[in-house]
Amino acid sequence: MFFPISNAHINPIYLVVVGFIIGILGGFFGVGGSFIAGPALRLMGVDWNYAVGTDLAHIVGKSIVAAKQHRALGNVDLKLGSIMAFGTIGGAECGAQLIQALKRAGNVNMVVSYVAIVVYLGISVFMLWESRKTLQSDKRRSQAGLVKGAESKKDRSAFGPVTRSIQRVKIWPMIALPTSGIREISLWIVLLVAFVGGIFSGFLGGGAGYIRMPSMVYVLGVPTHLAVGTDLFEIVISASYGTISHAIKGNVDILIALVMHTGAVIGAQIGVVATQYFAGPKIRLAFVPLPLIGAAIVIYTLMTGHKL
Amino acid sequence: MKKEAAKNLRAFAIELAVYAVLVTCYFFLVLHLLGEWLYHLEARHRYTYAVVAILLIAVQAVALDAVTTLLFRFLRRRGR
Repeated sequence: MFFPISNAHINPIYLVVVGFIIGILGGFFGVGGSFIAGPALRLMGVDWNYAVGTDLAHIVGKSIVAAKQHRALGNVDLKLGSIMAFGTIGGAECGAQLIQALKRAGNVNMVVSYVAIVVYLGISVFMLWESRKTLQSDKRRSQAGLVKGAESKKDRSAFGPVTRSIQRVKIWPMIALPTSGIREISLWIVLLVAFVGGIFSGFLGGGAGYIRMPSMVYVLGVPTHLAVGTDLFEIVISASYGTISHAIKGNVDILIALVMHTGAVIGAQIGVVATQYFAGPKIRLAFVPLPLIGAAIVIYTLMTGHKL
Repeated sequence: MKKEAAKNLRAFAIELAVYAVLVTCYFFLVLHLLGEWLYHLEARHRYTYAVVAILLIAVQAVALDAVTTLLFRFLRRRGR
């Protein structure tokens, strides 16, 4: 099938399958899946600028479906997502400016690659440590008979004490997020988390769900299922902004995005339903390989000089 | 429990088949008709293209979500 906007010939079945895989990951983990979509489009000969912009457009569609399904399951905190969208958009602009500055300095590829590897590996190692520790602690508690009924389903985290001390920081204005079970937290901390996610989104590309979802769990103290759903809702807003911005710059082939999205719809629904069968720490443990895939792609690019 | 899972799986397989037919029709009808127009819009009116692009993906998301939900509900009801 010929896509005239990006001047590329791509098999639509390939696009549907790629969309389907990303849909499952998005629905289950609350990530955009740009670390797969970008290279997958590049592999078919789509120019890098079109791959980035088109991926964002497809993320919007997929996230609408997944967020809608998560909302039906009660996994979306609209208030938190709306606040975070502001921080993300601001951060994404800063990240994009940072890229421009590095471009002028002439070392953008090297710096971005090393930062990406450190960030991806850091997230994976930390989440592996935390989720395993939490699962072991849960096992010990249940063996000792310390947890019963609803208590056993509570989303615990080994990082909980740090999270609670972050929630105790009193910097006006303080807000309540009852849907996420947060009685009081500084608005600035919420915005800062979103802003950092936005910087990585603008700096490394994609929706940066790989950093925002864990941040929501560990820094803000949002339960994992809610973090996944809220992250998707937030991605709808921030990726829409990114899509419009990229479309104006001539980086979006909406026809490719529409075809990819047909597969993502089914994938996202499967991903969302699957979250119901896993506890928070298990979702976090399953999340570990995702940033590693991103790191592997960057290392491959650095070693071979061939950009996927 | 196993029977229920098998039923769900069967419904999902049928849904996937029906969905594949619908999507194929969609490719050939809608994208073929819109392709040329979107190409010119992207080349000449970038701002309009940006708005149309975001609207298209959002409308498609809502429409396909409704189609798949309806299909799944219909097939599950028939399976009972």
